[in-house]
Amino acid sequence: MNKHWHRRHIVEAFVKVLMLLSFAIVAGSLGYILWIVLARGLPALTWDMLTQTPKGGFYLGKEGGILNAIIGSLYLAGGGTLIALIFSLPIALYLETYIGDSKWGHYVRLALDVLWGIPSIVYGAFGFTLMLALGMRASLLGGIITLALLELPIMTRAMDEVIRRMPPDLEQAAQALGSTRLEVAVRIVIRQMLPGIVTAILLAFGRGIGDAASVLFTAGFTDRIPGSLMDPAASLPLAVFFQLGMPYPEVQARAYASALVLTIIVLTISLGSRWIAGRLSKFILK
Amino acid sequence: MSEQVIPVLPNANNEEGRINRPSLASRRRQDRAAGRAFFILTVVPVVLAVLITIALALRFMPILKEYPLWELISGTVWKPGKGQFGFWPFIAGTFWVTIVGVVLAVPPCILTALYLSEYARASTRAIMKPLLDLLAAIPSVVYGVWGVVAIVPFVGDTLAPACEKYLGFIPFFTSKNPTGYSILAGGIVLAVMIAPFIIAVTYEVLATVSQGLREASLAVGATRWQTIRSIVLRQTLPGIIAGVVLGATRALGETMAVMMVVGNVPQVPKSIFDTAYPLPALIANNYGEMMSIPLYDAALLGAAFILLVIILVFNISSTLVLQRMLGKRWV
Repeated sequence: MNKHWHRRHIVEAFVKVLMLLSFAIVAGSLGYILWIVLARGLPALTWDMLTQTPKGGFYLGKEGGILNAIIGSLYLAGGGTLIALIFSLPIALYLETYIGDSKWGHYVRLALDVLWGIPSIVYGAFGFTLMLALGMRASLLGGIITLALLELPIMTRAMDEVIRRMPPDLEQAAQALGSTRLEVAVRIVIRQMLPGIVTAILLAFGRGIGDAASVLFTAGFTDRIPGSLMDPAASLPLAVFFQLGMPYPEVQARAYASALVLTIIVLTISLGSRWIAGRLSKFILK
Repeated sequence: MSEQVIPVLPNANNEEGRINRPSLASRRRQDRAAGRAFFILTVVPVVLAVLITIALALRFMPILKEYPLWELISGTVWKPGKGQFGFWPFIAGTFWVTIVGVVLAVPPCILTALYLSEYARASTRAIMKPLLDLLAAIPSVVYGVWGVVAIVPFVGDTLAPACEKYLGFIPFFTSKNPTGYSILAGGIVLAVMIAPFIIAVTYEVLATVSQGLREASLAVGATRWQTIRSIVLRQTLPGIIAGVVLGATRALGETMAVMMVVGNVPQVPKSIFDTAYPLPALIANNYGEMMSIPLYDAALLGAAFILLVIILVFNISSTLVLQRMLGKRWV
């Protein structure tokens, strides 16, 4: 055996160790984050925190909970996701069944990519400008609209991606039997791609509920549960942020607990979407 | 006049118990009407992208009338109360944090993607996908909490003193800031945040190399690493670079997590242990008082515009490269 043979195998082994190490670092970071949030948040998490709104002196460490932020976040993300869905499902279907790979389709997809890359703080600033122009104050509606703008490209791109992956045979078979494009979209594509569409909706919802920078300007923050679309609304990420900024350890502990609640919600959505997609896929023709 | 009755089979495709099927003409009308409605909806994303840019540019105009653009961008003094709006500390801070984050993220991410694509068994790959999804799903404020609790003390108590002692002679590593709220802390948090994204794009790009090429290289006796170096990477380098740039655009705009750990002092940083004040943090921290000082709102929305322009340049160029390489997009 010559020396050269040895060296390249040593390099091979070395690189492989590096790769496994990198893999471990990435997986370890996730574990570390989850562990920190769990270890800090769990001791401070009480039933009262989940079921009460802040009482007087809450931000000094007195009684109360973050129900205002939990409900506010669900309203904000739910409303935003609903509006985004109304736009994104038709857009994704149109891109696939009506225009395919045309020039206009290319521009729309590029615009979606560009929108997807715009950071949430810019959406927040834009939403704020929009609200100033309309004479609106920080409110649930403002937050919902801004989140809908933020979620639109996330949801549409995810749907477009799954719909494009659909095997063309089914669509062609339906068209050969005389279906119009609309019938193909509604009866074949939606049914066939339902798991992917649901995953896309939940993905956008998860992004929306975790986003703080866009609702900072537009939804405001309040200790009450919003009663109408014009009321300001609290949100979980901002509750974490504001509580962590307080100089009292009790309030900071609640920030950790709030972060844990937010993490649990988001991870449940992420894992749940896999489970739902798995359940729905039994309706699919393979 | 007898109605023509079509026998209905139990499974015939007619909802609402309709007997007469809609005529071809009406189905076509529906098809075209829906097509027009859908087309109008596809205008929304295109208009929105343009509208956001124009709206922020218009809000930036009042301050541009008072000061030339170059003076604003290169100015280093930020005292809105006295009418001094220098953006340079914020632009520099944004790039410092982003570059540190990307430098930390790229080697492990590319190696992980290579491992997944070239070495790992299918079962390992199956674990990795949900893992990356989880990492991507964690909200940025939670990354911020992790940064404040774990990374800032680590940088302040361990990393900074050690670096000052052993690497202090290198200009970028001198440490005069004992708190740990620093560019490095922001970079570490950012690196973890953009990791799932860079890994996913790199993996997609690596998958475009044909299996035949790999097999040919292995068949003539190359090791796997030799195959990666001379076949796989050579073919995919532009795509990987584009993926990294796209990851960097995510880092440029990241607000909450970075804002919580970088210290937010408007100065031009000189070392990775200095505090910084990136553009997104500037906007988020000061929106409350921006209506009370003249031109302050124009300055802050101008900061959003500058951030947007920086991101659009990087984003569009890397998107075009990736669209060409992959022929589709990634999620």
